[in-house]
Amino acid sequence: MEILLAIITGVLYASGIYMIMRRSMVKLILGIILLGNGVNLLIFVLGRITKGKPPIIDSAEKVLEGVYADPIPQALILTAIVISFGLQAFAIILMKRTFKVLKTDDLDQLNTTDEDS
Amino acid sequence: MLEAVLLGFLFSLFLVFSGSYLRGRLAVLSSLIPLSLFIYFSTFISEIADGKVFYENHEWVPSFGVNLSFTLDGLSLLFALMITGVGTMVFVYSSAYLKNHNYLDRFYGYLSLFMAAMLGLVLSDNLMSMFIFWELTSISSFYLIGFNNDKEDSRKSALIALGVTGIGGLMLLGGAILLGDVAGTYRISEMLSSREAIADSSHYVLILIFIFSAAFTKSAQFPFHFWLPEAMKAPTPVSTYLHSATMVKAGVYLLFRMTPVLNGAEIWHTVLIVVGGITMIYSAIHIIFRTDLKGILAYSTIAALGILVFLIGIGTQAALVAAAVFIVVHALYKASLFLITGIIDHETGTRDVTQLAGLRKVMLPVAIAGFIAALISGGVPPTLGFVGKDLIYESTLHFKDNAILLTIIALSTNVLLFYAGFIAGVKPFMGKLPKKFEKIRLPSPLMWIPPLIMTLAGLVFGLFPGLIETAVAKPIAMAQALQFEEFHLKLWHGFNPILALSATTLVLGTVLYFVLKPKHSLEVTIAKLDSIAPKTLLLNLSEGFAVFSKFWTNFFQTGYLRHYLFIVVSFLILLLGYLIFSDFSLSIDTSSLAELTIYEISILIMLLLGVLYTVFTKSRLAAVASLGVVGLSFSLLFLFYSAPDLAMTQFSVDTLTVILFVLVLYKLPKYLNLSDIRLRIKHGIISVSFGVLITILILKVLSEPKNTEVTEFYAENAYKLAHGKNIVNVILVDFRGTDTIIEISVLIVAALGVFGLLKLKLKTKDKK
Repeated sequence: MEILLAIITGVLYASGIYMIMRRSMVKLILGIILLGNGVNLLIFVLGRITKGKPPIIDSAEKVLEGVYADPIPQALILTAIVISFGLQAFAIILMKRTFKVLKTDDLDQLNTTDEDS
Repeated sequence: MLEAVLLGFLFSLFLVFSGSYLRGRLAVLSSLIPLSLFIYFSTFISEIADGKVFYENHEWVPSFGVNLSFTLDGLSLLFALMITGVGTMVFVYSSAYLKNHNYLDRFYGYLSLFMAAMLGLVLSDNLMSMFIFWELTSISSFYLIGFNNDKEDSRKSALIALGVTGIGGLMLLGGAILLGDVAGTYRISEMLSSREAIADSSHYVLILIFIFSAAFTKSAQFPFHFWLPEAMKAPTPVSTYLHSATMVKAGVYLLFRMTPVLNGAEIWHTVLIVVGGITMIYSAIHIIFRTDLKGILAYSTIAALGILVFLIGIGTQAALVAAAVFIVVHALYKASLFLITGIIDHETGTRDVTQLAGLRKVMLPVAIAGFIAALISGGVPPTLGFVGKDLIYESTLHFKDNAILLTIIALSTNVLLFYAGFIAGVKPFMGKLPKKFEKIRLPSPLMWIPPLIMTLAGLVFGLFPGLIETAVAKPIAMAQALQFEEFHLKLWHGFNPILALSATTLVLGTVLYFVLKPKHSLEVTIAKLDSIAPKTLLLNLSEGFAVFSKFWTNFFQTGYLRHYLFIVVSFLILLLGYLIFSDFSLSIDTSSLAELTIYEISILIMLLLGVLYTVFTKSRLAAVASLGVVGLSFSLLFLFYSAPDLAMTQFSVDTLTVILFVLVLYKLPKYLNLSDIRLRIKHGIISVSFGVLITILILKVLSEPKNTEVTEFYAENAYKLAHGKNIVNVILVDFRGTDTIIEISVLIVAALGVFGLLKLKLKTKDKK
């Protein structure tokens, strides 16, 4: 199973980077989201995967024992998801604003600070 | 000693606030600063003559061994006296030379900054503080050369000088670090004890290269000499002070100071003799082709610096004493000649030696000073110049190999220096006074007294060489040479080969003076060779470097996001690929594939299709929708693999993102097909190879055992310490609570940003 997830991670990385290298701003944001998902999956797979054993202590117990999923990557990914949501929301609104002011979503026309170009 | 160094800095700081008072008649009072320093250092003469050495240490950055440690021995005393003595003369002179100049206070500020830095340089016992003062002299010299900053060639010359000497300063830093590394200390006085270790060290040659480059650039040795004639664009007092008497001797000082530490190997002597010799003869010959008085003096200064380097290269006690005496001689006559040139330039408005004549009739005291200066420069008895020249011949004649060749080089240089001294100091005053100069009057005594004092000093020291012997020559010889031999400076040695050589110099010099007249045609002739001159070559090199760096910058800084990303990712691929494939072994555990359930496979297929569709669809709405599919598949994946919190978060976040996207999307234009197919294939290859590398990386990491120490800590203590049963929650809100607070603040900032972007109304003029 890890092999398949590793391949999926590679696909996410490849498609994310490919999308970021496009000229359209929409694709840039889509690329960032895909790449972010790829990173999350990378962390998740490297923490090893466990089926059906969430890191939750049984109500009768005080200590988690036996086989259980690693809580640390999960905590990391949870933070990452939330932060990347902040980033995505900001990027989407920024894109809208940029398009409204400059009437273009072509990144190649945004690489100068001169007003007249 | 620290106070002495700081005085100049404090004075220039003081001028920043109250400089306007100094522009008028009070300006001459500022010479009290160097004068008081001169008197202060004079009080040390008798004790230093007895062989005493003064040390002073102030901690600065002791953890790096960088301290303000000062030492006052014969060598630093000589330079300190020269700096403050010539400094006094120049300060007095400038008050008249630049009278009523708008920025006179600024000029004095730079000048005293320079003086303080120069004092710090020659007093430093610590190589690091020496480096700092060294750079300060370069910087203050930059401001002084470019003092007439409304002229383009002034600014250009200042830049050239800063470039050449600045690079030299960096070389000194390199040499200092290496030396400190080998010797275990930055204190020069402590390095003496590791003399053998330094000479045997594998870094010895590198150290020499660094130290030599520093000294040769600062002291204008071939092929770095060209900045000095350029620097003559500075006001004449600056040329006097920095570019003949003091700063250019900093390199000589460095070599002198390093002699006992570094002269352990033959290469030290060979390089110094060769470079000094080439510089001497090269620039001495240049003198013939110049008609500008300052140009003549500049080239004769370079020749004199060459002689000094050459003598240090010979390195016998006699040679070192000769160098020490010649430093004094040169400072006295060359500073005087510069000041005299300044007077001539100031009063007649020209420095062209072919036009100047007969000025003795209108400025006799200046003519007297010029004549004595020429005598000292030519080494005519009974001046100190004669003593200095004798010593030079003595050291070349007694050198162990090639004595004849070295003597011939020294002789020809001295003949040309004789010529230069007489052209600059005598010719303008002889002959018939042209009509246009008849109205000239003798300038203020503040201008002609300083050169007269200095030249008379040269005469007195010549008549009584004992003064220089006890005050300068002996202490230096004792400090520098490994074995000290008794010696005496004398004006009269009796009839011997040295006297014959001196006489030959005088005769040849006189003949040259009467036969060879400065002509413009000669200057034009030499200008034809400019294209192969070291100056042109080095300037072309620096221009080429500028072109190259422009190309380099433009290549990497294109302003296109995809280009930057392309470079970063390609580099990562190379680096990661090299690391992975240089030691390639991959064991794939396929056993887990057998346990795959239909759920897992369908989630993965959904995920894969979602990603691919997002990338390849032509419709934006479809791309956003399939992105939603990807997000939801992720939720399912997390749920399936024991991460319920993640599943919930991913679900809500992805839903929100898709909604946001769709709300914004209808205001955007359709996808444009912007990239051509070749670019897409190129990017595709890069992206896919990066993805493949990531996959291999993951598989490699998975084959390593995992450290579970931290995980076990949380499993153990989540309930005991934090009283929570969902460990992921406990980590986020308890163990790493501060991180979460910061994360929330990030979100708040993002929310504020979004709000601002939505509500911000641009004024109409901003919209244009």
